[in-house]
Amino acid sequence: MPADALVSIRDLTVQFRTDRGWVSAIEDISLDINAGECLGVVGESGSGKSVTALSILRLHARGTARAARGSIMLDGRDLLRAPERDLRRVRGGDIAMVFQDPMSSLNPVLTIADQISESLRLHQGLSRAEGRSRAIELLDLVRIADAPRRADEYPHRLSGGMRQRVMIAIAIACRPRLLIADEPTTALDVTIQAQILELLRDLRAELGMAVMMISHDLGVIAEFAHRVVVMYAGRIVEQAPVGTLFSAPRHPYTEGLMTSLRGRDIPGQRLGSIPGRVPDPDESIPGCRFGPRCAHVEAVCRAAVPALVSISENHDVRCTPRSQALAPACL
Amino acid sequence: MPVTSETSVEVRDLTMSFGSGGAGRRPTMVQVLHDLTFDIGSAETLGLVGESGSGKSTVGRILVGLLKPTGGSVRLFGRSVTGADRAANFAAVRSRVQFVFQDPHAALNPRIRVGHSIAEPIDIAGKHSRRDRDDRVRQLLELVGLPRDSADRFPHEFSGGQRQRIVIARALSLSPDFVVCDEPVSALDVSMQAQIVNLLMDLQDRFGLSYLFIAHDMTVVRAIARRVAVMYAGSIVEIARNADLYADPLHPYTRALLDAMPRPDPTRIRPRTIPGEVPSLLAPPSGCRFHTRCPHVMPRCRDESPRLLEIAPGRQVACHLFTAAETTEP
Ligand SMILES: Nc1ncnc2c1ncn2[C@@H]1O[C@H](COP(=O)(O)OP(=O)(O)OP(=O)(O)O)[C@@H](O)[C@H]1O
Ligand SMILES: Nc1ncnc2c1ncn2[C@@H]1O[C@H](COP(=O)(O)OP(=O)(O)OP(=O)(O)O)[C@@H](O)[C@H]1O
Ligand code: SF4
Ligand SMILES: [Mg+2]
Ligand SMILES: [Mg+2]
Repeated sequence: MPADALVSIRDLTVQFRTDRGWVSAIEDISLDINAGECLGVVGESGSGKSVTALSILRLHARGTARAARGSIMLDGRDLLRAPERDLRRVRGGDIAMVFQDPMSSLNPVLTIADQISESLRLHQGLSRAEGRSRAIELLDLVRIADAPRRADEYPHRLSGGMRQRVMIAIAIACRPRLLIADEPTTALDVTIQAQILELLRDLRAELGMAVMMISHDLGVIAEFAHRVVVMYAGRIVEQAPVGTLFSAPRHPYTEGLMTSLRGRDIPGQRLGSIPGRVPDPDESIPGCRFGPRCAHVEAVCRAAVPALVSISENHDVRCTPRSQALAPACL
Repeated sequence: MPVTSETSVEVRDLTMSFGSGGAGRRPTMVQVLHDLTFDIGSAETLGLVGESGSGKSTVGRILVGLLKPTGGSVRLFGRSVTGADRAANFAAVRSRVQFVFQDPHAALNPRIRVGHSIAEPIDIAGKHSRRDRDDRVRQLLELVGLPRDSADRFPHEFSGGQRQRIVIARALSLSPDFVVCDEPVSALDVSMQAQIVNLLMDLQDRFGLSYLFIAHDMTVVRAIARRVAVMYAGSIVEIARNADLYADPLHPYTRALLDAMPRPDPTRIRPRTIPGEVPSLLAPPSGCRFHTRCPHVMPRCRDESPRLLEIAPGRQVACHLFTAAETTEP
């Protein structure tokens, strides 16, 4: 584990209760989020991005979800086993989260100032008046014009982009060391999406926090992340620094994703695409879960689940033929 | 560039207003479309892009006859569907015009078997025997790349991409000539998007379909459209051939949209985005409705609304930056 890892996830498997018993939504996830870095997490719908993020803050509904294996370490403590009291301090304190749909996360009957200062009053014991003036500072910080007036408004008066700014203000109120942003711009218009990404990039630099940016959009990931984790069907299939991932992807799935973006600048040309679709978590597939869609599948792929293997510094791939061909021989 | 010999769709000075009912008060009219003029040639795809609320779906709904415009004219295959003989003319072209909407979940009734959904337009038209109809359904399933036994299954047994194929099969059931595709891939993952866009292109090649392809994602439109119209707050601000628009966007809003698109290129340094948000249609800005966000705004822009002018062959722009260049004409 690198010295500067802020959060370290190891061998995490999370299961949900279904009619057919416990089903693994994510399996064997190991990743580090380093202090101050921006980690991108990319993958198609259902690949397990949100389940991974929610697990860090233990936000899954009790009784229907369980961490069957693994650990999530923060400051030498395993968040999966910490008492709920400690976790309340971590949430919104050390680690904060913004979601795709800002409206459902805002309380319609509280003013903007009250919602922003709620966590400050909880974590730092501020008075209501102190809370309001901190809220106004935070609204300025997220570039909301006319902050004192906005502070006393209710969420329904705000546009989607404004609401997302308010959510970001709430998230950064206690200066978290890690901000988890789960598709924060997916529901927004193109120019507003660009504004919010700029804001997050500026704030990351100003506040020195780490950001875990979750998106299905490789464009967003390319422009925002330093390092990227690619997920497929509940597993990490590749992880690399952003430049390496886009210039030299090694997993056939990552290659497929890149191909589906190419050719879009030539009118009339057919787009590259990966045949088939992402399997459901309860579909049993022997060996590599990408096998049925993979153009390079071999017998070894079906024989055993490929391991995530380091093929060069900071570049890991979960593909048996590729890691046999590319991994350094001396281990 | 002249569009292809036969024109599927001719739209002139199209306007649309909705009553926005303040409860109890007299409803005020909100104008959501302003004097749109464009054509779609036969076997041509016109892309229509713009941000939320710019009026794209309203245009699509008018073209398939779901909404009656408040002004201007629409001709489909040469017949006016807005004039005096509106009803008769629309009946004559109804089967040649179909639509595919964004949300395949909402478009399909969860309790109706897929085969029935696909055959619905055939049943309404009521001119097929039972056997012809079932043959046609099987043929359509094959055409859109779904297994033949799909007809007896229910929508929930299919993924989002497969459901969109079902909706496309239904749209094709009466062999239309023109299809409005309203954000048909916006809800899908990249690789599924590519599959559906490829399918639409194949169908166009085979059957000579024309499309109005609505999207907010400029990269999808780039692959499928021959020409692209960009909308902002109810107006078309630029129409150009696909290659020209992407290589050299002229209107400041088109440029902002293209700059704002995230690209899968980590070495790119994205230009700063334009400030502000799309204006409320209840209180639209004076003059050019983009002037509140435009980096090139001039005094004239605040007073005078720019008209959509042809500034080069096949290239129309509505922006005061480009009127001056054309005043030297004889
Ligand atoms: N509460 C739950 N109960 C049962 N299954 C769940 C639950 N939450 C998620 N899953 C399943 O876990 C898998 C991973 O879901 P997850 O939400 O993490 O995907 P994602 O990568 O975030 O996708 P998206 O891009 O659609 O948000 C999916 O198959 C999903 O159906
Ligand atoms: N039936 C209606 N009654 C009143 N207003 C309407 C109606 N339909 C649409 N509008 C308004 O017309 C404007 C244009 O809407 P439209 O759905 O055409 O936009 P759009 O470009 O398709 O947006 P999106 O990208 O969100 O789908 C919006 O302000 C919308 O609120
Ligand atoms: S008319 Fe003026 S405000 Fe409108 S886009 Fe052109 S330069 Fe900008
Ligand atoms: Mg998710
Ligand atoms: Mg729409």
